[in-house]
Amino acid sequence: MVRKGFSKQFTSLLKGLDKSRRALGEGLAKILRTGDDSQILEDIEELLIGADVGVETAQEIVKAIEKHGKLDEAGIRQAIEDEVVSILESTQGEPLSLRAKPHVIMVVGVNGTGKTTTIAKLANNFVSQGYEVLLGACDTFRAAAIDQLEIWAKRVGADMVRHKPGADAASVAYDALSAAVARDIDVVILDTAGRLQTKKNLMEELAKITRVSSKVVEGAPHDVLLVLDATTGQNALSQARAFSEACRVNGIVVAKLDGTAKGGIVVAIARRFKIPIVYIGTGEALEDLAPFDARVFAQGLLR
Amino acid sequence: MFSELTHKLEGVLKRLRGQGKISEQNIADALKEVRLALLEADVNYKVVKQFTEAVKTKALGREVLTSITPGQQFVKIVFDELRNLMGEGASEISFASVPPTVILLAGLQGSGKTTVAAKLARRFKQKGKKGILIAGDVYRPAAIEQLKTLAKAVPVEIYYEKENRGVVEIVERGLEIARKRVLDCAIIDTAGRLHIDDSMMDEIREIKQRVNPNETILVADGMTGQDAVSVASKFSDSLGIDGVILTKMDGDERGGAALSIKAVSGAPIRYIGVGEKLDALEVFHPDRMASRILGMGDVLTLVEKAEAAIDAKEAERLQRKLLKETFTLEDFLVQIKQIKRMGPLEDIIGMIPGLSKLKGIDVDERAVVRVEAIINSMTREERINPDMIDGSRRRRIAAGSGTKVQDVNRLLKDFQQVRKLVKQMKKGKLGGMLRSMLSG
Repeated sequence: MVRKGFSKQFTSLLKGLDKSRRALGEGLAKILRTGDDSQILEDIEELLIGADVGVETAQEIVKAIEKHGKLDEAGIRQAIEDEVVSILESTQGEPLSLRAKPHVIMVVGVNGTGKTTTIAKLANNFVSQGYEVLLGACDTFRAAAIDQLEIWAKRVGADMVRHKPGADAASVAYDALSAAVARDIDVVILDTAGRLQTKKNLMEELAKITRVSSKVVEGAPHDVLLVLDATTGQNALSQARAFSEACRVNGIVVAKLDGTAKGGIVVAIARRFKIPIVYIGTGEALEDLAPFDARVFAQGLLR
Repeated sequence: MFSELTHKLEGVLKRLRGQGKISEQNIADALKEVRLALLEADVNYKVVKQFTEAVKTKALGREVLTSITPGQQFVKIVFDELRNLMGEGASEISFASVPPTVILLAGLQGSGKTTVAAKLARRFKQKGKKGILIAGDVYRPAAIEQLKTLAKAVPVEIYYEKENRGVVEIVERGLEIARKRVLDCAIIDTAGRLHIDDSMMDEIREIKQRVNPNETILVADGMTGQDAVSVASKFSDSLGIDGVILTKMDGDERGGAALSIKAVSGAPIRYIGVGEKLDALEVFHPDRMASRILGMGDVLTLVEKAEAAIDAKEAERLQRKLLKETFTLEDFLVQIKQIKRMGPLEDIIGMIPGLSKLKGIDVDERAVVRVEAIINSMTREERINPDMIDGSRRRRIAAGSGTKVQDVNRLLKDFQQVRKLVKQMKKGKLGGMLRSMLSG
C-alpha cells in the first residue's frame, strides 16, 4: 500500500491517540509535580497499568527508569518514552504490500473487535489505488454478517463472493479465491466470523480456511491480520497467542483507538510477541485507518 | 472465566489457610500478591487499591491474627469483599406493573447489544412474557437485518423501519405497537456509540427522555481492560443506567470488568453473556461469582444447569442403578448426553468445588465424542455386559467407531473404575478420574 502523505498519517494517528495521550500525559505531569520521591515510581507503575500495558511491562519500564538514578521530570518522561519505543520498535510493521496475484488477506479476531469495518477500510484503500478487490464472506455464522459485508463491498466498489448463512466458511474461501483467479483480481480479503480464542473448534476452522486457501492460490493467505479492540485489556495477549497458533497471524490491527482506551495493550503485545503491528483504526469513516508508527505511538502515549 | 485469577488467588490463600498463626507481615505479603493478581485480571487499579485497603483494615481489625483459624478468617474477608464489590445479590430485570416494560440497551460498538437484545427476548419469552424488539440501530450496515434474523430465531416480534434514520420516531412507533397490543416488554436495540461522542450521546439521551424506559442497560464487553471504568462512569453520568450486562464472559480468563464496573458506576450487573447461542445468558450472582473466583466452585449454578438439562426421573433411575451397581454402558451413554446438554465441559468443571485446578488442563470435547462413538459401536448385549468384550470384539468396536483398540481398552477400564469409585465418591476422589477421562 502506498503511504499517504506523512502529515496526514501523523494527524490521523494523533487524533486517535489524543485521549490516551491526554490521560497518560496529564497523569504523568501530575505525579511528577506533586508526588513525593518514594511514591513516584509506584505511581508511574500504576499509571502505566491504568493504560493497559499490564503489570509485567509496567514493572519493566519502571525498572528501566530506576536504572537512570535520580531524574528530573523531563528525564523521566524521556526514559519512559525511550523504553516504550524500544519495545514497540521491535514490532513495527509495514503497510501491506501486494506480493502475489491475487494477494490474499485473511482477517481474524474475537467478536465485535471491528473486523468488517477494518476490511471495508482496507478494501477502500486498495480500490482507491486502482486495484481490483474481491471480498470473501467467510463469516457465515453471525446473523446478517454477509449482508453487512455486501453493503460495504458496494460502497467501496469491490466484488464479493458469498454463500448462504450457515455455509462452510472454508468453501466460501475456496470459491472466493477461485473467482479471483478467474476474474484476474488483485486483492482478496476474507472476512471471518468473530470467535473467542477459547473455542477450540472454531479456532480449527481458521486453520482449515488457511489450508483450503493455499490449495487454490499458492502461499495464500499471504497476510493474516488479527484485529484487536483497543479497549481490550490483558485478554488481548491470549488472543494474540491463540490466533497465532491457529493461523499464523503476521500482522495486528488495533481498532477503536478513538475512544478513551489508552491502547497500552499494544506495548504489552509487542513485548511478548514478535507480531508486527500494521495499522491502527481511529474512527468509523473509511479513511480512519493509519499505518502504525512506533515512534509516533509512543510519543502520543506520553506527551 | 477468571481461571487465571482463580489460579493465582487460590495459591495465595492456600498458603495462608494452612497456617496456624499469621502475622501482619503475612497479610501484607498476601495482599501484595492479591493486588497483582487482580491487576493482571484487568480489575481497575483504583478499585484494586480500595479493595486491598478494605481487606487489610478488616483483616487487622477483626482479630484475625489471634483467631484459631486465621487463614480461614482471612479467606472469608476476601470473599466478602469480592462479593461486595460485585453487588448485594442477584438483580434481574423486574417487570413494571403497567406493561410494556421498556428496556433501552446502550453501549460501545461491538459490545454485543444486538445479541443481548435477542437473548433477553428469549429469556422473557420462556417466562411467558410477550415482547417486541425495536431496531434502533439505523447506522451500522445490516444491523436491522441482524436483529431481524435473531428475532426469527427466538422467535419474537420485531419493529423496524428500513429507510428511516429518525431513531426517536422509530422507537416511539415501536412502543405504540407494544402498548396497543398490550405486550409485556419492549427491548430497544441502539447503535454502538463512543461515550465521548457528544452528538451520539445526545441522541440516546433524547431517546431516553422521550420513551422513559423502565430499564436503561449498559451492555459492556467483559474483556474490556482498565477503560471499562471510564466507559461505565461516562454512560452512568451522562445517560444514567439502571443495570449492566457483561458480554463475552466465556472467553475471558480475566474478566476484571465484572469487578470494576459495579464499584464505579453503582449500577448492578444484571446478566452475563456466556456464549453465542441465544440461551447463553446467565443471571449474575455476586456471591456465586466470588466463590468461583476463589476456586470454591459454584454448586448452585451447577445444580440449576443440571435441573434444566437433565430429566429428573431419568437421573433418579440412573442414580439407583449406579448405587446398585447395575449401571451399564448404555446408562453411561445417556449420562454423557445429559451432561453435554449442560454446556461446555470446561465451564462445568470450573463450577465444581475443588476442581477449578483442572481448568488448566485441556478439556478435549472430542474425547467425549470418541467415547460416544465407541459405545455406539457396541451391541446392546456388550453395553449391558462389558465383561464379554474380548479382543476380537474390541477390534471390531475400534474399527466401527473410527478409534484405536487402545481407546476402547481405556474406556472399558475407566468404566470399571467408575463402578469402583461410586463408593468412594464422597471422599472426593472424583477429580483424578475426571482428569484421566477428559484429557484427550
